[in-house]
Formats: sequence, C-alpha cells, structure tokens
Amino acid sequence: MKDGGNYQPYSYFQLMEVSLRELLVEKGIVTEAQVAEEVEAMRRRTPEIGAKVVARAWSDAAYKRKLLEDGSRACQDLGIEVAALKLVVVENTPDTHNVVVCTLCSCYPRMLLGIPPEWYKSRSYRSRTVSEPRAVLSEFGLRIDEKTKIRVHDSTADMRYLVLPMRPAGTEGWSEDKLASIVTRDCMIGVAVPKPH
Amino acid sequence: MKIESDPLVPVEQRYQPGDRVKVRKAYPLGHIRTPFYIRGHSGVIERVCGAFGNPEELAQQRSGDPKQPLYRVRFLQKEVWPDYKGSAEDVLEVEIFQHWLE
Repeated sequence: MKDGGNYQPYSYFQLMEVSLRELLVEKGIVTEAQVAEEVEAMRRRTPEIGAKVVARAWSDAAYKRKLLEDGSRACQDLGIEVAALKLVVVENTPDTHNVVVCTLCSCYPRMLLGIPPEWYKSRSYRSRTVSEPRAVLSEFGLRIDEKTKIRVHDSTADMRYLVLPMRPAGTEGWSEDKLASIVTRDCMIGVAVPKPH
Repeated sequence: MKIESDPLVPVEQRYQPGDRVKVRKAYPLGHIRTPFYIRGHSGVIERVCGAFGNPEELAQQRSGDPKQPLYRVRFLQKEVWPDYKGSAEDVLEVEIFQHWLE
C-alpha cells in the first residue's frame, strides 16, 4: 500500500465494487472464493502467453499457417484457453504493418496479453489510430516507411486481434524461450517491433 | 400462408469475400457496434467471421437471435478521411454486422 496505513475513503467506483460484491455474496450468487479465484485468473494472464504463441509461429511454419488460419484453435493447441471469442492473427510482412485498436471501447485479446495498458483505452489512441496511424506510430518511436502499407484493425465486435510481428534478423538458431523474450506486449498490438538483444 | 422465420436459425449470409458493400448511413439510438466514422462509407468484404448474437438486442437483455452474419470490411484510408496522410494503399478494417451493410 502506498498510503502508509493512513485512512483513505473509498472512491466512487471502489464503493460500487464493494457494495455489489457484498450483495452478490449475501444473495448466494457468488462466493468470496470465486471472486478471488477470478481476480487471480486475471492476474495470471500476461503478455508472456502471447509471446509464447509468436515464438512458436516463428519456429514452426506449419504452426504459423494454422495460427493465421484459425487463431483460436492454434492457441488451444498450446493449452491456452480462448473460450468464446475468436482470435484473428494478422501477420506483419515487409509490405504490410498491422496495428490494432478498439474505437468503441477497449476490446483486447486479454487471454493472450492480460489487462490492456491505460493508453490503449485512451480517447486519443482510440480516435487517432484509425485516422492518422502513421503519426500515432511515430509517437511510439516506430517509423513506418512510406512504401509499407498500414493495415489498421478496429476491433468493433466479436473478434480479437493479435499482431504476428516479423522475426528480426540476427535471431537465427534461437530457442523458443529466447525468441519469446523479445516479443513485447506492444509488438503484439502493433505499436512496436521486436528487436534482438 | 405466412412462413415464420425460426429465430434460432442465423440470418442467411448475403456477402462473400471481395464483394463491394456500403455501410448504412443511419443514426438509431441504442448500443450500436458500427462506429460513426465508417457509416456511409464503401468497402470490400475481407472475410466472413461467422454468425453472432445481434449486439443491439443483447444490450437490451434480449436473446440476440437470430444471429447476424459478421464481416470484416476493408476500407481505403484515403476514401474514409479526405485529408489522410500516408500511402494510398493504407487500409482500415472494421467488423460490421450484415444488417448494417447494403
């Protein structure tokens, strides 16, 4: 705790959360243990899961084909639960760079990347990525050559998107674990590209 | 004789990848998953995603049946934003439900 033990009144949303949770427990709809379990499950989802998928695709051409064809099935092959939603994997190539946004809210492949970063949910990222993606990417330090086509994916409905970055030169012979270590969250949203250490 | 349509049978898929479509320019109230900026614009079907519960119905606590085909539609950035800065080949892909296409 950052407050050093000082009393802090609940914020509006904290109060709402506590009231709703206590009411649901009191009515026997959920138990405290179930709530705690769900929070834990959410914490366990991190971008390392997505990085594992990317590293496998870089190492195994047949797996990559499957991933691009049916993202959900390919994730299940690695024991990753993707449940009710459909994963679309979009591949960066020398001709095309992909970037993902949700202009309506904050749709995000949480089962592969965990909780979205604050900026992904910001009004500025959401509105500008669809209309001026090159400017937005350059603010992330990513300059895309004029000859490379940009494909923006607006995640408006039931699909979720993962960018499959290009495997950088200089990573020949690397193990899947080592490859996964250079695949960051931002690379899989499309606002960065992997760099060999 | 009037044939009642079965709500459990998804609405028939009308478009195929490559078909040219136009997003309806309409402004109904409610929970709409078709962004304002794309309404009235023309694009091409990139892929068929499958049939999903209609979000406008689901938001009203209704069943969402019959399910509506969902497409990914590809638009040219230069056609969506007249002063777009970037390659003429830059594209924007948006998921749109069939009842928003014409």
